[in-house]
Amino acid sequence: MTRSWVTREPGDLRLGIVGAGRLGTTVARAAVAAGYDVAMSGSGAAERIALVVDVLAPGARAVSTDEVVRHADVIVLAVPTHRFRELDRDLFAGKILIDAMNYWEPIDGVDEELAHARGGTTAVVERQFPSARVVKSLNQLGYHELEDARRPRDAPGRVAIAAAGNDREAVVAVLQLIDRLGFDAVDAGPLEAGLALQPDGPAFGVAHSADELSSLLISRTNREVEQLG
Amino acid sequence: MSADEFEFGLDTPAPVTVDESGQLLDGDQVIRNTVEEAVLADSVGIDSFNIGEHYRSDFMDSAGHVILAAIASRTQRIRLGTAVTVLSTQDPVRVYTEFATLDAVSNGRAQLIVGRGSLTESFPLFGFELSDYDTLFEEKLDLLTRLLRDQPVTWSGTVRSPLADQFVSPPIPEGHVPTWVGVGGSPQSVIRAGRYGLPLILAIIGGPPSRFAPYVELYKRTLEQYGRGPLPVGMHSLGFVAGTDEEALETQWPYWKDQLEAASRERGWRQPTYDQFQAEVTNGSLYVGSPETVATKLAAAIRALGLSRFDLAYAIGQVPHAQRMATIALYGREVIPRVRELLAAASDDGNAR
Repeated sequence: MTRSWVTREPGDLRLGIVGAGRLGTTVARAAVAAGYDVAMSGSGAAERIALVVDVLAPGARAVSTDEVVRHADVIVLAVPTHRFRELDRDLFAGKILIDAMNYWEPIDGVDEELAHARGGTTAVVERQFPSARVVKSLNQLGYHELEDARRPRDAPGRVAIAAAGNDREAVVAVLQLIDRLGFDAVDAGPLEAGLALQPDGPAFGVAHSADELSSLLISRTNREVEQLG
Repeated sequence: MSADEFEFGLDTPAPVTVDESGQLLDGDQVIRNTVEEAVLADSVGIDSFNIGEHYRSDFMDSAGHVILAAIASRTQRIRLGTAVTVLSTQDPVRVYTEFATLDAVSNGRAQLIVGRGSLTESFPLFGFELSDYDTLFEEKLDLLTRLLRDQPVTWSGTVRSPLADQFVSPPIPEGHVPTWVGVGGSPQSVIRAGRYGLPLILAIIGGPPSRFAPYVELYKRTLEQYGRGPLPVGMHSLGFVAGTDEEALETQWPYWKDQLEAASRERGWRQPTYDQFQAEVTNGSLYVGSPETVATKLAAAIRALGLSRFDLAYAIGQVPHAQRMATIALYGREVIPRVRELLAAASDDGNAR
């Protein structure tokens, strides 16, 4: 029996994206192509991004951030990294919030908290939104790869994307999203494992297969366990 | 736009280069070399020479307008501009005075590309908050365009003191300092350029240029929405020209590698490989090769995006001055005439159909 990789687990195909810049519109295009009902917002009123969404992410809808939150249980956070603190602490209460942002000092400026976050930058995002179910994912590949490397399940050379988070149910939901978008999904473990996925981490910026990515993450964990031991 | 009206420019951040023995040059020598490069560019028929704005130890372009003024006195025809002026952390009144003055000393050859810049080291240096970057750019672009278009200016905002019925000298006729908006990949920046009725220049430094076609579409739709006529779109990309493909690849590769390794260390990317370099040359946005190779690739990109301007950011990394000069000579004497030829042939085909 042949089963389509998109419809195998129909589930909830609503996705919200906060941020309508290059990252947000790239994720939106991939999600629309994968059959998602996508609502996205920028800073300010929906009209401000209507044209951007119409041209760069046709099929997605431009709405306010409040409407994005009402629309979906899974929301991608894709605002400029130095601006996420402008969002209300309880805006995403109970929602699965995917932190797709990266911190890079020459662009985002010196941010002591992000630069020295022991558990990775997503730990800072989790503290900012304590009522959200935060997962780190969709940040490790470049825009081009997120767009061009999408493949059906079981296609040869399918690229992997990892997800890390402490809310295991939330991580599973994000793994399903990754698969539907067209990537092999790898569970990286708890949120601290996200360190491997961010800039300077071994899994950042390189298109790996699921096996390669898993072994990278495992060898890193083993090394840390040895260091602790 | 016909092939004759097309603007072919050169962009440089005045990078610190090595000499023939591999030693890093002193910054003052780099700046004088930059002047020589522009003088050569003028003599081989290149349309514009544009200097960046950085505050880093590897780039000597922190006061590009001063270098441009020196170039003005030694050249006749070439336009003199920036790529890009980081307007967010400058005072637009000062930018106006510098470039109106440059326009005077160069007999009408000054131009600007303004942008937010890809790096942000100027924010702490000049005491600005990065979190204000949108407001800073928006308000300063508003003030600069008004100073360039319609004096006296009455203006108030949050980023500097207000102006009331203010004339700023020297006066220049409207349109005399063409001002483009440089954009890296931010959709809102594309919209802003359209909203202000300023021509757009896209920095395309990776991947196939056709990927940016939606951004050109977004710009056109914005102009329509604001009831403006069509405006030119340009592209800035990196490249290096030598006698043969092999020579160009061999010369550029080690310097490209060093530069990317440094960037990878700063940014946490993977280390660059030769395969990656070659893939970017073959299918992406590195214009490295013989004049024929570069011209063919360039003409294809120009047609794909409907461009009216191309700026070559020539010689990536610490490539020595002598090879930078050789690239400029080949770009002016061979690449540009060949691209014009290819574009004219393509447009004849278009008319015939």
